[in-house]
Amino acid sequence: MLSHLRPALVSMGLFTVLLGLAYPLAVTGVAQAAFPNQANGSLIRDADGKAVGSALIGQVFAKPEYFHGRPSAAGAGYDASASSGSNMGPLNETLIARQKTDAAALRAENPGVAIPADAVTTSGSGLDPDISPANARFQAPRVAGARGVPEKDVTALIDAQVQQPLLGFIGQPRVNVLALNRALDARYPPLASQKDG
Amino acid sequence: MTWQGWAEIALTLSLAVAIGWPLGVFLSRVWNGEKTFLDPVMRPVEGLFYKACGVDPSKSQSWHAYALALLAFNLIGFVFVYAVLRLQGVLPLNPQGFPGLSGHLAFNTAISFITNTNWQSYAGETTMSTLSQMLVLTVQNFVSAATGATVAAALARAFVANRGEGVGNFWADLIRTTLYLLLPLAFVVAVVLVALGLPQTLAAGVTAHTLEGAEQKISLYAVASQEAIKMLGINGGGIFNANSAHPFENPTPLTNLITAISINTLGWAAFFAFGRTVLAKKDVRALVIAAFVLLFAGAAGVYAAETQPAPAQVAAQVDTSANMEGKEVRFGAPATAAWVAMTTGASNGSVNGMHSSLMPLGGGIAMFLMQLGEILPGGIGSGVAIMVVMALLSVFVAGLMVGRTPEYLGKKIEAREIQFSILAVVIIPLSMLGFSGVAAVLPEALKGLMHSGPHGLSEILYAYVSGTANNGSAFAGLTANAPWWNVTLGIAMAMGRFMPIVAVLAIAGSLVSKPKLAPTAGTLPTDGGLFIGLLIGVILILGGLQFFPAMALGPIVEHFQALDAVAALR
Repeated sequence: MLSHLRPALVSMGLFTVLLGLAYPLAVTGVAQAAFPNQANGSLIRDADGKAVGSALIGQVFAKPEYFHGRPSAAGAGYDASASSGSNMGPLNETLIARQKTDAAALRAENPGVAIPADAVTTSGSGLDPDISPANARFQAPRVAGARGVPEKDVTALIDAQVQQPLLGFIGQPRVNVLALNRALDARYPPLASQKDG
Repeated sequence: MTWQGWAEIALTLSLAVAIGWPLGVFLSRVWNGEKTFLDPVMRPVEGLFYKACGVDPSKSQSWHAYALALLAFNLIGFVFVYAVLRLQGVLPLNPQGFPGLSGHLAFNTAISFITNTNWQSYAGETTMSTLSQMLVLTVQNFVSAATGATVAAALARAFVANRGEGVGNFWADLIRTTLYLLLPLAFVVAVVLVALGLPQTLAAGVTAHTLEGAEQKISLYAVASQEAIKMLGINGGGIFNANSAHPFENPTPLTNLITAISINTLGWAAFFAFGRTVLAKKDVRALVIAAFVLLFAGAAGVYAAETQPAPAQVAAQVDTSANMEGKEVRFGAPATAAWVAMTTGASNGSVNGMHSSLMPLGGGIAMFLMQLGEILPGGIGSGVAIMVVMALLSVFVAGLMVGRTPEYLGKKIEAREIQFSILAVVIIPLSMLGFSGVAAVLPEALKGLMHSGPHGLSEILYAYVSGTANNGSAFAGLTANAPWWNVTLGIAMAMGRFMPIVAVLAIAGSLVSKPKLAPTAGTLPTDGGLFIGLLIGVILILGGLQFFPAMALGPIVEHFQALDAVAALR
């Protein structure tokens, strides 16, 4: 055993320098030079250059004039420094009660329309940036009403934002909530801000 | 279930095998010391390692020496990881300002990462500094994977030798596998992943001002470089708590495809490398087919389970076409099902959806695939090594039936090989069921559970199955960052890793000195359908039956409860 300790120690030292420092730093160098946007978190900035979020990370939307993301189990909701799923089992009573409450609220908002599953379930990360196209269309009447625009205009905006699966079968159709809400703000500013302005 | 879903699952699983084939040919060249296209770059680095370490790579070691070298390397790795994690608070490159880890958490994490398990009792973005992620976790993701590969290299040499002596040089196998295969491949995949959206920065994060006027703190790391080797090395430990469900680790269906393939492809490559080195390509093809059939059945089972009506969604009267709790919209049921099977069939343990929220049978299949011993295709080399052990047990069973001394790949399989084969596989149920049994009645352990009833038992069982199998995924409702869980899971991971490795090396030591025999009329062919069927039977009986009572009290009874609940709600 003792005769093996020298190669064990020395190789661990060399591996640490090569794989723990040189490798990640080299990748960082290439990434920052070639893909600075992605390498720094795919941040979206407003006209003043302030970050409004990441294109890849969901954020809290609760106002009626915005499309809402899925329920989130990350911190107090969409905490991007504490990702987490609910980890509740399929028969967990808290889970069943939560989904029933959320569904009842949605049903009151848009009666008679089928509720998509992603509207009442938390994602694995708690940071899911997307909702299903059906979920976006479900929310269209509320958003249109809050902004005072015809529902069909909002639906057209959703359709333009739908991302289809790769080659038609890899992944699921989806709508990025932050991108959709930004498109909405640009096209149909909320009534509240019109009044303010 | 949709045809698109089935196509996605079939493509993902198959591409991993297809890409594994040429990589396996390359890995075999690396093990054999043959010329490769990377020689101009890597030869000098390799030479530097040998010179500094004072080892002669051409000196073949006995199995004892090989095993001792492996254990010494892992011991040093353990001490180093433990020390860095304890001292994290005073070390540099800690922009997050995180303190050092507690003793039991550092113990657990160090064993977890040297054993290629990557069980995480902590949440990455609230525990680990940038330095710890890079300097100890990324390094162990490389070298623990290479450690597993050395075992297959030694075993292959034992089969190919004719009255030989040594099983190869551990240091040469370790260093060559890392330098020629893992490092270049990880570099390429890491850069591709950055291009597709993964962050790669030394900054701790940014604060965004959201559209609704709130502040959102977004954690960042050098994600891509760790993600690439986390998948390729079949490690599975995420930078972030949510692992590959986190959009920064896995932002799109394309990154999901690439990283899912990476979970399995080097495991398959080790199968093909073994076959090429032993000159037994057809026999290894039979092993691959047996493993692939079981893996595909697992993925299909999870997909079927996850598209059954979930009780909560039935109760809430929402769409029930897929159980979406714990799943990401961009992946849905099929991509999550493929991942569940690939991550548990290999000893990876990363997740792109939360396993605790899977339907009862979805989570049950995940456990079952791990209970089979991580051979579908398992870790790099460690998977094919245990699969060969299963093949030895299969020819032994067949030999008993016809009353002949069994042979495999030209070597007589006798008492010593079978004793060590049993030792290699008996540790798995011993640790999984033994620890689970104790934890199920210990108040200290039960404190960590999120659920009571069958799902609570599943949390316990999943933890010890995952730890012993060196997988690392979890039913994460369990709060494992407590002394009982950290210490016992650490012991389970070490037992599940090193006892089978030493047993396999002992088998290699026994086989290497035997003469290489030509097949005769009395030799059981090990490359045809009959043998594949026999092998699958042995794997299912060894893996399945002994766990059936425990599984009946966990996922199986929960499945019937779920059926009852859905029927009552409708």
